Amino acid sequence: MIDTLHQSGGRGTLFPGTPPALDLRGIDKAFDGKPALVDASFSLEWGEVHAIVGENGAGKSTLMNVAAGVYAADGGEQTIDGKARSPRSPMEATAAGLGMVHQHFRLVQSFTVSENILLSLGRDSRIRTPAQAAAAIAAKAAEVGLPVDPARVVADLSTAERQRVEIVRVLLLGARILILDEPTAVLSEEEAKMLLSFVRRLARQGHAVVLITHKFREVAGFCDRITIMRHGKTVMAGAPVADIDEGEVARLMVGEALAVSERPLSSPGAVNLSVSGLTQKPDRFGQGLNALNFELHAGEVLGIAGVGGNGQEELVACLTGLSRQDQGSIRLGGRDLSRASPYDRRKAGLRIIPSDRFETGLVRELSIAENLALTQVAKGNFGGTFFLNRKGMRHAATAAIQSFDIRGASPERAAALLSGGNAQKVLLARELDAGMKVLVAHSPSRGLDMKATLFVRNAIKQAVEGGAACLLISEDLNEVLSLSHRVAVMNRGSIAGCRAIGDVTPEWIGALLAGHV
Amino acid sequence: MDFLIGWLAIIPSYATPLLLASLGLIICERAGVLNLGAEGLMAVGAMTGAIIVLSGGNPWAALGGGAVAAAALALLFGLATVVKRADHTLSGLAIVAIGLGMTGVLGRPYVQKTFPGIETLGDLFGIDRGTVFGRIVAVQDPVTIALPLVVFALWWWLQKTRSGLRLTAVGENPAAADVAGIDIQLTQLAAVLASGVLCGLAGAYLSVATSHVWVEGMVAARGWVAIALVIFARWNPARALLGALLFGAADALVPRLQAIGADFPVYLTMTAPYILTLGVLVLSSLRGKTSGEPGFLGRVYLRQDKH
Repeated sequence: MIDTLHQSGGRGTLFPGTPPALDLRGIDKAFDGKPALVDASFSLEWGEVHAIVGENGAGKSTLMNVAAGVYAADGGEQTIDGKARSPRSPMEATAAGLGMVHQHFRLVQSFTVSENILLSLGRDSRIRTPAQAAAAIAAKAAEVGLPVDPARVVADLSTAERQRVEIVRVLLLGARILILDEPTAVLSEEEAKMLLSFVRRLARQGHAVVLITHKFREVAGFCDRITIMRHGKTVMAGAPVADIDEGEVARLMVGEALAVSERPLSSPGAVNLSVSGLTQKPDRFGQGLNALNFELHAGEVLGIAGVGGNGQEELVACLTGLSRQDQGSIRLGGRDLSRASPYDRRKAGLRIIPSDRFETGLVRELSIAENLALTQVAKGNFGGTFFLNRKGMRHAATAAIQSFDIRGASPERAAALLSGGNAQKVLLARELDAGMKVLVAHSPSRGLDMKATLFVRNAIKQAVEGGAACLLISEDLNEVLSLSHRVAVMNRGSIAGCRAIGDVTPEWIGALLAGHV
Repeated sequence: MDFLIGWLAIIPSYATPLLLASLGLIICERAGVLNLGAEGLMAVGAMTGAIIVLSGGNPWAALGGGAVAAAALALLFGLATVVKRADHTLSGLAIVAIGLGMTGVLGRPYVQKTFPGIETLGDLFGIDRGTVFGRIVAVQDPVTIALPLVVFALWWWLQKTRSGLRLTAVGENPAAADVAGIDIQLTQLAAVLASGVLCGLAGAYLSVATSHVWVEGMVAARGWVAIALVIFARWNPARALLGALLFGAADALVPRLQAIGADFPVYLTMTAPYILTLGVLVLSSLRGKTSGEPGFLGRVYLRQDKH
């Protein structure tokens, strides 16, 4: 079941007997000692559209970035069109006929489309002037049936148009293998359909296409084969889409380890946080929020699962007061905080563990003692108007360092010098104080090792047992499932569903994550 | 009428150093490197040029020597900002301090000694100074006359050629340029050197072609005016030509008014160029996003790869 490598069949394998367009075997890759790919494999045939699916962090993009020469693999073998090739740069990959369109476009905004494409052509290219480039783009665009206007300035183009520019550029550079990294994530329904039909047409012309996606709908409708990845491993390699159903995909994506012990609330406490009708219009880059409703009881963890970029950042920003919702209300312990400042929310008992601990959490340059005192000085806890009580700050910090087991740290040490786990402990020591009523924790164990992760989760558990309520927002399903009493899934700025932990099944989560129902 | 002709005749010689320096800065800033060292680079160029002529050198060799000396100082700036990724603003200010300080010390033996400059068109072609045309053209020199061609060539290179696009791409979006296979550091280093050559040329022009003498502090903030000129020009060489003429005209007004004995505070007229500069900068800042400023100007690019 696990190893179904080199499946034949699928409606796209038009050229039997030819070597695979792209073949990756036993690819290992670690970032800073943390494995991102473990013995991952992937095989792509000419003339097919091949989907790679998996949760965030499953290694889909990393594997394809290895194939496209962005990352160098630590081990493993790669062939392109039957020849052993391990491109060491995107240029080498393009020269070998493989091009990747990334989620973040690499275009110079102030340049026209032709100038952008001219830029990436090699020195030996015959195209030397913007006019020649414009002609070549127009010809290629017409050939593949993708509308692109070479004369327009990129800054004036919509996201979909920019994506088309990237695709035409890659094709113009000679790519016959096209890798698209979550291309539909930034597109409207209509635009996505158009792109996917284009991709099918391209495959019919003999190209090979890799489609990284979260959405089973796209896999079923437009792909020939599917490869599923989890935790850096290939758990299903190139199965024909016709032979697999959505439930199985969801189960393989999420893993079997989902069985969670029931964790019913002994007695649901009072409502600590109540959010109703929270709505925010999407801005240019972000995701909007669509009428979010939820209540958070004392002693409860509400986990919000979901693929990153589905509104999590925006929800946290609205709750903390860093951005203002367009509609809806936020009430904490009966007080209306909808328009309150971040400081007033903190006074009312809201505590935050942000996803990027050095962005909105700690100040790098300040010492541990100063970081810990940061939320206290305004209340006059460490001195009055003119003088800081440094001694008191140091004492408090020493106590925190002991009780939170912050390793290798003195109160005077700059926060920037701490490891991720210890920095997170400083943040916990500051946020989990007596005044806490509601804790919003966003990916609290992101980037931490096993031990620090356990520590963070235990700290949250204890805080909740002490009567606080916790909103846990995380892309790590295991984290959500191991801590939450109830689980909600966010998709495209909405809460797609919410269940008590006992009723959560892999199929349910998988379907909601993939944007179904 | 005499006043007007005299004024028109000297405008080009005031505009030339400003234009030379700002063309250099345009190249440099298009590649994303903010070069605030122009004042220092020009001072080095001016002093070197004067020393070469006073030591018996040809005025043309003096222009070249000034350019090379300033390029050497610019290389130091390039090593700091491009290679060692030091802060552009601070490094630029350091170059100003080094340039002004160095010329003050090394140039002391050569102060106030006049010398012959480069030939004017009148000397070269024996233009009749009797006509209005003759009076204006005869005092121009070959550098000034050639400059519009240089401006056009630079504009064409930046807008129409692949190598020009590559330079601009580095300053706009180094990540995109990196993916396109452009060597960011090499491009920026070349651009910094080009700005050194042109700022040095501008300085040498001041001493060798305009004033025929070296005095400490003779650059008199023209380097800073050139920096403002780049903003006024929206990083476009053609607009820089226009701006240089405008600034040059304001600058040239002072000596002309003094020459005809106009009676008003000299300090007022001497501050005119700076007030004009300030006005231009305020107006440019009001334009906001369409200023044409390179997207990555003055910032340090670190590749985000994980090799």
